[in-house]
Amino acid sequence: MSMIRTENLCKSFGDLEVLKDVNVEVDTGEVVVVIGPSGAGKSTFLRSLNTLEEITSGKIFIEDKIFIHRENNKTLDKMDNAAFKALLLEMGMVFQRFNLFPNKTVLGNVALAPMQVRKKSREEAEAIAKRLIDRVGLSDKLDVYPSKLSGGQQQRVAIARALAMEPKIMLFDEPTSALDPELVGEVLNVMKDLARDGMTMLVVTHEMGFAREVADKVIFMADGQVLETGTPEEIFSAPKTDKAKQFLASIL
Amino acid sequence: MDTLQKMISWLPQLLDGTRITILMTITSTCAGVILGIFLALGKISRNVVISKLCSAYIFFFRGTPLLMQLYFLYYAVPMFLPALTINSRFLAAFIAYGLNSAAYCAEFIRAAIQSIDHGQFEAAKALGLSYGQTMRLLIIPQSIRRLVPPVGNEFIMMLKDVSLVSIISLGDLTKVTRSINSSAATPLVFIPSMIIYLIITAFFTFVFNRVEAHVAKKE
Repeated sequence: MSMIRTENLCKSFGDLEVLKDVNVEVDTGEVVVVIGPSGAGKSTFLRSLNTLEEITSGKIFIEDKIFIHRENNKTLDKMDNAAFKALLLEMGMVFQRFNLFPNKTVLGNVALAPMQVRKKSREEAEAIAKRLIDRVGLSDKLDVYPSKLSGGQQQRVAIARALAMEPKIMLFDEPTSALDPELVGEVLNVMKDLARDGMTMLVVTHEMGFAREVADKVIFMADGQVLETGTPEEIFSAPKTDKAKQFLASIL
Repeated sequence: MDTLQKMISWLPQLLDGTRITILMTITSTCAGVILGIFLALGKISRNVVISKLCSAYIFFFRGTPLLMQLYFLYYAVPMFLPALTINSRFLAAFIAYGLNSAAYCAEFIRAAIQSIDHGQFEAAKALGLSYGQTMRLLIIPQSIRRLVPPVGNEFIMMLKDVSLVSIISLGDLTKVTRSINSSAATPLVFIPSMIIYLIITAFFTFVFNRVEAHVAKKE
């Protein structure tokens, strides 16, 4: 079953076309990695799925049901509001700059949304949070504020925070790009662990090693378009387009 | 010796005035900050009517002299609208100062809110938090730290602005000082009075520095 499918997704900022007819499908349980040069529209694509960016036109389907359909910046069709919001909550997002809440401890960051959005009791929310913080290996940091953590630790907390909403799909927007090289591994390990558990993941990254090892499917984007889709083997060993060849040559 | 004795004899009256000055400063600054938070949120609201109303409020209170606002509220308003007559001088001054301070506070509170990293809003939205929850639980608490210095500044300004209450005959420290000056026929009284102002300023500057250090620890 397809978890998310997009049809002719377009996004413009004024006259600048950032996404041009993007068609992507992510199946349930699949790990899809999006690669491509900067400015390709990878992040915008990811952010348009959970409506952080409003698409100009195109359709997004979630679990084969229409999520939103827009043309010329107008919404033509949309899932009913309650279902729409419920599905949004099931898309977890991890940001390049972590975006942890500096006024909350590690525990507070992870327990906040279950309490405020899912209306769970403090005990219940904290129990969930502790389990997830343990999963990302930071049980000894429960009462620490984010500013006292390394970048890698912060990103692991951010992953736990997103998982606390029990998402069906996790969107990763360059999760390791803001990290010092020696901290990249710990974050990727948490992500690999998630993938092994069957989490559906859409990952924008420059970590080609991760893509090779974990991805079921690799999407190469450039200039707002999907130029190639295939297995890691197909994309990395036999890229078809010149842009993909150039990009891979420059990064590997 | 004689001079010193005189100064000491004025002290009870001066301290009475000091009490009014401090009370007025604290209450109206508090009112200003609280009302200012709502004004700031209103001004950055996406609702155009609310935003314009808040901007108009801020424009009016920053664009006219505080002295005239105080005078207007206490003397002019009761002439047009007798129902709104305020008999307590303290209450009238408190309202005027609170309303005025709110306009100034709103501007630096808005600046503090807008200085919060946009990623905070995005993370909150991605987690499903509403705009209200995001403001109340994340953005405003994070702004508080940046608000301590300007609120301290507003407080110290207010302390001196309160001296204007003498136009509605409220006996603050400045009013008391001027009464003693005319009845005792000596400007000497300005010396202990100014020393009292300096002591209050020094004390509250110290307090605000401590608060600033305290909130800095919590992030």
